[in-house]
Amino acid sequence: MSYAIPERELLHPGHVACPGCGAAIAMRLALKALGDDLVVIIVASCWSIIAGPFPYSSLQVPTLHSAFETGGSAASGVKAALRRRGRPDTTVMAWAGDGGTFDIGFQALSGAVERNEDFIYVCYDNEAYMNTGIQRSSATPLGAWTTTTPVASPKDTPKKDMVAIMAAHGIPYTATASIGYPEDLVRKLQKAASIRGSKFIHILSPCPSGWKSEPEETVKIARLAVQSRIFPLYEVERGERYTVTVRPPAVPVIEYLRRQGRFNHLSVAQIEAIQANADRAWERLLERAESGA
Amino acid sequence: MRKVLMGNHAVSYAVRLARADVVAAYPITPQTQIVEMLSEFCAEGSLDASFIKVESEHSAMAACIGAASAGARAFTATSSHGLLLMHEMLHWAAGARLPIVLVNVNRAVGPGWNVWTEQTDSLAQRDTGLIQIYCESNQEALDSVLQAFRLAETVRLPVMVVLDAFILSHTEEPVDVPSQEEVDAFLARYEPAWRLDPADPRAFNMLVPPEHYMELRLLIQKAMDDALHVAAEVDAEYGRHFGRSYGLVEAYRLDDAELALVTAGASSGTARVVIDELREQGVPAGLLRLRLFRPFPAEPVSHLLAGVRKVGVIDRNISFGQGGIFAAELKAALYHQPQRPQVFDFVAGLGGRDITPATVRGIVGYLLEHDAPPTGPLWWEVKA
Repeated sequence: MSYAIPERELLHPGHVACPGCGAAIAMRLALKALGDDLVVIIVASCWSIIAGPFPYSSLQVPTLHSAFETGGSAASGVKAALRRRGRPDTTVMAWAGDGGTFDIGFQALSGAVERNEDFIYVCYDNEAYMNTGIQRSSATPLGAWTTTTPVASPKDTPKKDMVAIMAAHGIPYTATASIGYPEDLVRKLQKAASIRGSKFIHILSPCPSGWKSEPEETVKIARLAVQSRIFPLYEVERGERYTVTVRPPAVPVIEYLRRQGRFNHLSVAQIEAIQANADRAWERLLERAESGA
Repeated sequence: MRKVLMGNHAVSYAVRLARADVVAAYPITPQTQIVEMLSEFCAEGSLDASFIKVESEHSAMAACIGAASAGARAFTATSSHGLLLMHEMLHWAAGARLPIVLVNVNRAVGPGWNVWTEQTDSLAQRDTGLIQIYCESNQEALDSVLQAFRLAETVRLPVMVVLDAFILSHTEEPVDVPSQEEVDAFLARYEPAWRLDPADPRAFNMLVPPEHYMELRLLIQKAMDDALHVAAEVDAEYGRHFGRSYGLVEAYRLDDAELALVTAGASSGTARVVIDELREQGVPAGLLRLRLFRPFPAEPVSHLLAGVRKVGVIDRNISFGQGGIFAAELKAALYHQPQRPQVFDFVAGLGGRDITPATVRGIVGYLLEHDAPPTGPLWWEVKA
């Protein structure tokens, strides 16, 4: 019997993530998928801390920590230098949170993928600035509580559709992935590594501290995000060809929302609106998947 | 080979001769021609480098940081607002101990919108940990870029080479362009001690708690201290290879001078002409040109100015609420001298206003007529 997920661990135990951190699971799986012919660029985010303080590092691959907004740009430089150094096939992975991707690093990311730089950009999305203590980002979903969108004035705009924006650049490969579906996540990262040019992987990474959820429910919540169609799993090739990669039986969004304190204040009407938005987005995704095949 | 080159193109030739591996840059007047020509060199294959056409100057320096971290010789050029946008990454480049070479074409900062020469953009990067070299001629620009790579790679700090907008950047001068073989003999291939390498995995620039941070900062200070003598050695070595060297500071007719001007950049040539006039008239005047600004060459500066009675600093820059930046640095360097001169701070030529021989004569006239400077800078040739 062979496993879909490589057994080799490239993330040391002893990293300093919070209990139940989805981002730590995401990194562990990504390293398993990509192996050790890899350079990782980590921009300012929870992962700047999780990787461990000097002189320790929890990653067993070369790692460049870089400034918040430099995922796309620093990775471009690393790739160019590796090519010059006779390592054109070494995978370069930029690793950023939603703040570093949707907000402050957006320009450098857009520039890098427009140039079709040969790298994988992973956004581990915990839907707010968690490292600074749960402030809203443009990845925070409609209606969610954060410290800067308090219950009296929760987030009043929808989450930015980052995958659509990346796909609109016409890059070879864009995909969503979930720590709740590790085989799908690993397959997508390995597929990304096999493709030349820019690849964008968007991983939903539940954050018990920021989502006000139970640490032991992280994987369950990640799965419910997919099952409720809040966070469908799909891929987009060359900006056109949409494929839904996981189609579990549907569950109502309330099953996902009610496990997270950040949504406690929502009214029945608001939850119904979130359900309607999820249904509509799912239908649109299926249409795209059918028409683009 | 002698060519007629504008300052920007002299830089481009130097970068090609240095065999840069990676160039990442974004256009901004008056620097743009540097990277236009480098694009041509890459396209025609005369420079075997990766040119990353980034979407901002911030990304230009970030890409250079990525490239240098993975073992490439990296170069970028910018000016004014572009340099200011890079500011965060300049600290990062120095903190990461990466020998990136940056050429900044001095340009005033807006608003008011202004593309002409002024030194405030580069001097505002004073505390980033970049070595700074100011050029007087196009030849010196070419030579300084070649020196900069060797200096940067020896002390593991980034170097900024600075030239004046238009006065150097767009003005053609005869420039001796050395052969590739000559440059190869002076500048070896970049081989960093550590780099991002899957065969030897290491982590760079990670979280550093208080128990280690200060020691890492002290290492940067020590590298800067080393840079003083390494810059002098590299300059002397360059002289042995190419017959040209410049020193960290240049003393011109200073030996018996009672009055001295202090300049940096292209206005030095104008000052030199006036010093010659003064000498012909029997006025014991001399010039000290600052070439290296960081690390500040306090020792030679205070030594050279020790016997001078009055010093007039021509500052084409302004630190609001203080005055000219070179004057302030100079005063700090002279403080421990028992026989320190009176230092007059002339803020002149901002935003590309011409500094002519008449300007310099006026400054000398003021120095001859006054025994001590007023409090604060003298804003020179400003309209009432």
